[in-house]
Amino acid sequence: MTVLHLSEARTGEDVLIALSDVSKSYRRGAQIVPVLSRLTFDIRRKEFLALMGPSGSGKSTMLNLIAGIDSPDHGSIKVGGEDITLLPEAELADWRAANVGFIFQFYNLMPVLTALENVELPLTLTDLGRRERRDRAQFALGLVGLSDRVKHLPSELSGGQQQRVAIARAIVTDPTLLVADEPTGDLDRQSAKEVLEIMQRLNRDMGKTIVMVTHDHRAAAHAKRIMSLEKGDLSYLVEQRLE
Amino acid sequence: MPLLLSYSLRNLQERKLTNLLTATGMALVVFVYAAVLMLDSGLKQTLVATGEDTNVIFVRRSAEVEIQSLIDRRQARIIESQPEIVIGAEGAPLVSKEVAVLIAQPRRKTRQASNLLIRGVGPAALAVRPQVRIAEGRMFRPGSNEIVIGRALAGRFEDVEIGSSLRFAQREWRIVGRFDARGSGFDSEIWGDSEQLMQSFRRDFFSSITVRLADRSGFDALKARLEADPRLTIEAKRERIFYEEQSRLLSGFIQVLGLTLSVMFSLGAVIGATITMYAAVASRMMEVGVLRALGFRRSRILIAFLVEALLLALIGWAFGILFASLMTQVKITTLNWTSLSELAFRFVLTPGIVLKSLVFALVMGFLGGFLPAVRAARMKIVDALRVA
Ligand SMILES: Nc1ncnc2c1ncn2[C@@H]1O[C@H](COP(=O)(O)OP(=O)(O)O)[C@@H](O)[C@H]1O
Ligand SMILES: [Mg+2]
Repeated sequence: MTVLHLSEARTGEDVLIALSDVSKSYRRGAQIVPVLSRLTFDIRRKEFLALMGPSGSGKSTMLNLIAGIDSPDHGSIKVGGEDITLLPEAELADWRAANVGFIFQFYNLMPVLTALENVELPLTLTDLGRRERRDRAQFALGLVGLSDRVKHLPSELSGGQQQRVAIARAIVTDPTLLVADEPTGDLDRQSAKEVLEIMQRLNRDMGKTIVMVTHDHRAAAHAKRIMSLEKGDLSYLVEQRLE
Repeated sequence: MPLLLSYSLRNLQERKLTNLLTATGMALVVFVYAAVLMLDSGLKQTLVATGEDTNVIFVRRSAEVEIQSLIDRRQARIIESQPEIVIGAEGAPLVSKEVAVLIAQPRRKTRQASNLLIRGVGPAALAVRPQVRIAEGRMFRPGSNEIVIGRALAGRFEDVEIGSSLRFAQREWRIVGRFDARGSGFDSEIWGDSEQLMQSFRRDFFSSITVRLADRSGFDALKARLEADPRLTIEAKRERIFYEEQSRLLSGFIQVLGLTLSVMFSLGAVIGATITMYAAVASRMMEVGVLRALGFRRSRILIAFLVEALLLALIGWAFGILFASLMTQVKITTLNWTSLSELAFRFVLTPGIVLKSLVFALVMGFLGGFLPAVRAARMKIVDALRVA
């Protein structure tokens, strides 16, 4: 394990995400709570980054900004060269549909939809035919090893299985970027390991860029790099050598 | 079925009890609304069916109804000799010089007296009104104390049945037959010989004269000529229009009362739907957040919840109109305020009513779902997701 300073990490030429001078604060009543201040850093293509740090340090906030579901007060966020902070609401929604896959701590599946339908859901925003959507959803479920659970409702699946359905939903549109906020936070160790191995595979074999927030060191160890956020500042970076 | 639609449908199934109650509220309103319209269309249909387009009725000028109208014999002779009137099989013009009087007769169940319309008709009455035919027994003999009763009266009044007698105007009147006027207002009347009735009621005036035209287009000329005739104080109307006008007062009342009720009830149903939909939105904040994150636009979220509210309304409508359709089995008798006599009619369900009540239900659903749907659509993604 090598500890790198931020400046050294910026050497990568193939940058996917570039944050520059990003600030974000929340308003709580009359009070303004600064969360991120003047953050500048890049994430390379095909990166598998673990974002660590104490609770309340702004990890989720940063992930949300990168994923385009929240907007900064200041600064720019370029993804694949495009500044997503400039996109109007509706176009940003289309951009997310095309480019980002989400994995949440509590899986966040639609309780009334089957596993297959949950995976199919993002595809209803494309102009794929019904047949094609089914096939792709089926294929994605196969990738996470759940081909035999297509007809199950989320409530009929274990936590680990639900999270795998959620991963299938995140990759079914073949997005460049996967964001995962504490994806193993609610799982037992064995399920967590399975989920993390799937994510590693997605990164390694399918070239997905993954940003994962976690406070579990064992989980972070599956990433290629670890970044730590402390009171809104990126303090240091760890490069993980997997091989 | 589109995935988002089955998503909405299944969510409705999830919260069965709440949604069923909400739909029931809407069903009730739809029922009231449809029932009122059915009542009104039944009334109109009955009264409109009473008149025929080829018939012309003459009443005294400015007399709204027959019982107020007086036409003397001299005027009657002028009217019946007009060339537009068709000549019947017996060589006489198809004219019925009629007298309409009200008698009070106790109802069978309540013993309360109610107004019955006695119509004295001329010998050509059945030829003038082909929709009326004797269904049981026989027609009264001209010049006798015999009478026949309308179909809708049977069983409703004391002694109003074939074989028994009614006593009014100092005479006994024997009931010898029952006629069927195809659901029209005549079905609620008693018919007898007009000369006999006039004698016993001691009056020498007719109430109205109904004539059958050879050609319905002859009406305008006939009307213009007779209304301009200085010897006559009468007014000519197509028979259908005349009876249609009789329905206006009651119909207006039914509509105003019914629509007021419907609107008041619908306020409750809309509030109920709003509360239900707010609860649905609140319990699915996380799902809204996820959908938005996945790239569904605000407008899609708005539509999804609106569709859910509309589906709820659709279910309410289906139940409401189903119950309303059962009302077609119910017969209503009420006092027609214009003629002041009892009138029997049915609830009539028309395609127009089905459609109107559907629109009404959907408007309720839309109004009920609108604010909650807007709230769902306006939620910030991160706020929605934090709720989980
Ligand atoms: N939507 C919000 N409204 C108000 N405060 C928020 C909101 N989101 C996050 N915060 C606050 O911002 C800080 C950082 O939150 P978060 O990014 O969730 O931290 P982490 O994921 O590292 O635990 C916390 O103090 C949190 O209370
Ligand atoms: Mg967090």
